[in-house]
Amino acid sequence: MPVPDKRVTIDDVVASIRSGMTVGIGGWGSRRKPMALVRALVRSPVRDLTIVSYGGPDVGLLCRAGKVRRVVYSFVSLDSIALEPHFRNARQSGAVQATELDEGMFLLGLQAAAWRVPFLPTRVGLGSDVMRLNPALKTVTSPYPDGEVLVAMPALNLDVALIHMHRGDRGGSGQCLGIDPYFDDLMCMAAQKRFMSVEKLVDTDQFLRAGPPQSIRINRLMTDGVVETPHGAHFTECVPDFPRDEAFQREYAGTAKSDDAWDAFKARYLDVTETEYQAAVQS
Amino acid sequence: MTALRSGPPTRAEYCAVALAECFRGDGELLANPIGTLPTIGGRLAKATFEPALVMTDGEALLVENILPVGVDAPEKVVAGYNPYRTMFDVVWSGRRHIIMGAVQLDAFGNQNFAFIGPPDKPTAQLLGMRGAPGNTIHNKTSYWIPNHSRRVLVPQVSVVSGVGNDRAASLGDRLSTFHHLVHVVTNLCVCDFDTPERRLRLRSVHPGVTVADVVAATGFELAIPSDVPQTRPPVDEELRWIREVIDPLGLGEQEVPNP
Repeated sequence: MPVPDKRVTIDDVVASIRSGMTVGIGGWGSRRKPMALVRALVRSPVRDLTIVSYGGPDVGLLCRAGKVRRVVYSFVSLDSIALEPHFRNARQSGAVQATELDEGMFLLGLQAAAWRVPFLPTRVGLGSDVMRLNPALKTVTSPYPDGEVLVAMPALNLDVALIHMHRGDRGGSGQCLGIDPYFDDLMCMAAQKRFMSVEKLVDTDQFLRAGPPQSIRINRLMTDGVVETPHGAHFTECVPDFPRDEAFQREYAGTAKSDDAWDAFKARYLDVTETEYQAAVQS
Repeated sequence: MTALRSGPPTRAEYCAVALAECFRGDGELLANPIGTLPTIGGRLAKATFEPALVMTDGEALLVENILPVGVDAPEKVVAGYNPYRTMFDVVWSGRRHIIMGAVQLDAFGNQNFAFIGPPDKPTAQLLGMRGAPGNTIHNKTSYWIPNHSRRVLVPQVSVVSGVGNDRAASLGDRLSTFHHLVHVVTNLCVCDFDTPERRLRLRSVHPGVTVADVVAATGFELAIPSDVPQTRPPVDEELRWIREVIDPLGLGEQEVPNP
């Protein structure tokens, strides 16, 4: 079959991310996050990233590891633990800058970037303090007789997108077997360089054995590289492959309480290769 | 199976009924209650007096049968698919009534659950804006406050995530039409905004609560009619739905203990 080979390694992905870049991360809260790629970023020397995410532990880990200058978000949550404790610490100490948006504005920003338009109009934000907190946000007046004033949500242009899918092929097509695809396709289309980790790399003709055509949410126009990372979404939810590891997530959240706890967690789970991480969480 | 509860209605069950009443008259809207007692209330409304309500399983499925909270669901009767992306279509087309929580709420219904303190270095980072700005500007919105106190019902919120009536009015007629705050249900009382200035007004008090109790627990001047009724009690059918189907574990009583 004439399919390109876009397979890369975790190191290849990290090597393409430089300090100061804007990185979009797929998933939602503590669900289907490309955690193997996030862990590799934590190990890397990059700094001063702008992270764009429907945020979960991806944001918390990167903030705690000192990789982040700014977070663009509408929430950062671990789902079963409502508030991400490392992100809270980073915000409350003033360690990271914040662009706090409504969830839907965030969607429109990604969509505008994907469609290569400078903004999309919306009523979302009017009347709320989103406008006061983000003075760069402008309004636009409808050129039609209604003359309505709308928010001009600017494109959220990304340097790099990182997403995680259940299945993928070597060409970089990706299949979501979970109930909600979230906004991963938009993340990819909003970015210059797009990397997808997958639980399992399969031959293209295996997609339809696992799910219907509409589950192949990521087509290969949306990706530049694919990397197989078994259990790579751990400890976030990746149903039907595995549920969230709640015990591990509680352990992770607990490390926000003291530097000692974080240092021990980091030595055991983050200052190690992905293979060593997976062995450590199995034990 | 847990033993079925009996006895007179609890405070939590009064709250569940008051939360169900938020949806009365909505017909075919997506009822989207967030949290335990709002979910119990929403499902109660659909089970009884608002059968046309469209409701989710808490995730991406639209289900027609009445699901329990806190236990594995029986088989879901799935009538639709509503992932997050589709939910924005619902919200922006105005076909939803949400019940949200609030860390702070003022007299005009401006809501905050984003953060407290300076934007660059908040004293408490909370949920973030989530969908509150877009929800309130497009949809019917009600609020659920399980801890009615002067810490929550404040003269001025730190950050406006959900848009209140005074701010909506300043946006012009068209937007004011889409914006619609319905009820505020708390562990003490039910409020609405039925005053000429669209300020918070006491609608009913739960049994065992006095108007003075509510006033003492509210950090701003509440509009108080001359005659404040008691919150409507659950009828037998509603108690059966709550105790036998929707909340068999009594999670409502964990959220609002019986006084």
